[in-house]
Amino acid sequence: MTGNDSIIKIEHLSKAFGDKVVLDDINLSIRRGEFITLLGPSGCGKTTLLRMIAGFLKPDSGVILMEGSDISNVPPHRRPLNTVFQRYALFPHLNVYDNIAFGLKLNKVQSSEIETRIRKALKMVSMTDYEDRDVNSLSGGQQQRVAIARAIVNRPKVLLLDEPLAALDLKMRKDMQMELKQMHQELGITFIYVTHDQEEALTLSDTVVVMSDGKIQQIGTPIDIYNEPVNSFVADFIGESNILNGTMIKDREVEFIGHTFECVDEGFGHNTPVDVVVRPEDIYIIANTENAKFTGVVKSCIFKGVHYEMFVETDNGYELMLQDYNAFEVGSTVGMFIKPSDIHVMQKERTCNIFEGKMISSTDVEILGGQFQCADCGLQEGDNIYATVNFECVELMDNKEDGTVIGEVEFILYKGNHYHLTVLTDSGEKVYVDTNDIWDKGDIVGISVNISDLHISKRV
Amino acid sequence: MKFIRNIFTFLSRRSSWAIPYTLFLGMFVALPLVLIVIFSFTTNQGEFSLINFEKFVTQPEAVNTFVYSIGIALVTTFLCILLGYPAAYILSNKNLNRSQTTVMLFILPMWINILVRTLATVALFDFVHLPLGEGALIFGMVYNFLPFMIYPIYNTLQKMDHSLIEAAEDLGAKPSIVFWKVVVPLSMPGVTSGIMMVFMPTISTFAIAELLTMNNIKLFGTTIQENINNGMWNYGAALSLIMLVIIGITSLFSDSEEQSQNEGGII
Repeated sequence: MTGNDSIIKIEHLSKAFGDKVVLDDINLSIRRGEFITLLGPSGCGKTTLLRMIAGFLKPDSGVILMEGSDISNVPPHRRPLNTVFQRYALFPHLNVYDNIAFGLKLNKVQSSEIETRIRKALKMVSMTDYEDRDVNSLSGGQQQRVAIARAIVNRPKVLLLDEPLAALDLKMRKDMQMELKQMHQELGITFIYVTHDQEEALTLSDTVVVMSDGKIQQIGTPIDIYNEPVNSFVADFIGESNILNGTMIKDREVEFIGHTFECVDEGFGHNTPVDVVVRPEDIYIIANTENAKFTGVVKSCIFKGVHYEMFVETDNGYELMLQDYNAFEVGSTVGMFIKPSDIHVMQKERTCNIFEGKMISSTDVEILGGQFQCADCGLQEGDNIYATVNFECVELMDNKEDGTVIGEVEFILYKGNHYHLTVLTDSGEKVYVDTNDIWDKGDIVGISVNISDLHISKRV
Repeated sequence: MKFIRNIFTFLSRRSSWAIPYTLFLGMFVALPLVLIVIFSFTTNQGEFSLINFEKFVTQPEAVNTFVYSIGIALVTTFLCILLGYPAAYILSNKNLNRSQTTVMLFILPMWINILVRTLATVALFDFVHLPLGEGALIFGMVYNFLPFMIYPIYNTLQKMDHSLIEAAEDLGAKPSIVFWKVVVPLSMPGVTSGIMMVFMPTISTFAIAELLTMNNIKLFGTTIQENINNGMWNYGAALSLIMLVIIGITSLFSDSEEQSQNEGGII
């Protein structure tokens, strides 16, 4: 269905608004005829990237190539692509027909052809006979259909869609998703779609680009992204998952939640710390505890329509999320097992915090924009150092004045028996913390490190 | 004691709060309007008659002044749009103007009394040795009413959804086409408001005309004022009524326009 030649190539694209870096060295190649989705939480840079492809923003550095030629500085009205805006952006002073005809008239298309093309576009979005309607009298869904018709009627090489379904209700959204997918097949043009809805991305796309913090985290087919997430962010963002600390004992054998499991992953080495991802639907639950790999007590059980969602506390004190067609009584002891192919092992992105800093006296060190006490290790004032702190040794405090430096909780990952937090300090560095306390995203916290937990080594 | 309590409950009812305003409106808006209508349809003996209107239609002088006034008002309004639209556009464009102070400077003359400004204009013309007359009259009118044109247009331009401009660019419109096909049509409610705020008062102005033309050019407002000053209340009232009807018709026209546009200026 799709050729292998790329229609858009993005190379080393970066953009900052003031001090805030919104896109950081983006590289992406988009194939002709592909349905590609930029997926990520709000503020990850996906809309900025789309607006740059459309031409509404200029990159700080890097280039956007379209069919081999650099379009980074071409104004939007001369780019052969069209956009469907999130808030529709229909012209309120024109009726449906004139809205759709806007681009065609500018391109000096003959009026007889304009009419047939508009008819066809309206038919494609199931809005036949709406030509003379005032756009303000249409419902949200109808307006979005007109907006799509207005874009596709110009036969762009690439159609950009900026969260086009975000303002519609769930049922309408599902219907429109199917229609968009069908439209993509009929038109055969490239769709670049921006969304924060992971389900929508998986449903629609040929390729999903998961973004976070202005960086591309993973590019792959929906199946790859779901089954083989490259890091804990992707695993957590796409679907529901249990993300756990584990140890790769040897090839095809991994230890987590206090048990050793057979798995299919190789090449991690011996006794390597890893992250393990198990999807909730991949944990099999049985009433019989004797034949089970491990056991646990059902803590909660909620009906979700097709399945029940349960939280189980395992025999070693880890909390797992499970999905099953059968309900199990809260408080009952159940048996569980996991198939080797359903255990997904990921390289740990990090095993401890490492900060760059320098000595300000023999027992004080400056890191994270603050002054921390450390044990005397024979280094002198002005020496550049690395400071390492284990995740569980970072202390967070409610009262931000109590900490040595101040940070904001940016990302929270539940790891079965503790939380793994990402805290962004005022100096712009990230501190990773393992804790049993419950924090919320956006909490402002004080950060401190005990003198004995701060390990200093010289940096050359 | 009971009487005081009754008064207190009466005053604390929300509908009672409207009483001062109702009285004010009745005394100073509704009653004078009624009086204008009564006076214009009666003779100075108090008998019903259409003689005042007959006088207006048959007297070429009054009709000529009326037509001339509308002409001056049209020219003033047109010049205000011509000068005010670009000013409002520049003020509302974030690339060209980032400060609220510049907007303030344009609006500032509205704070000063119209007579003071006009007297200053007379002094200015005197200082640079320019003759007073029709030119000075139009200058004075435009100078006085320009802020009333700029502000509503600036308001609509500033509230305009920027994604509409992006959508037009995206569909292949170069900047000049974006301006004429999207920005101008969408700012029409502001222009309409501006026209209402400039055209209507300029028809009935008389102070500016008196001061800036040394009483040589008569506007319709002057005619009304002269008649009333000379004790011809009934004829003056009829002339006022004619003007009110004309203004009423223009404002009805702009009302329906604004409702369909769904995005208003400042009135």
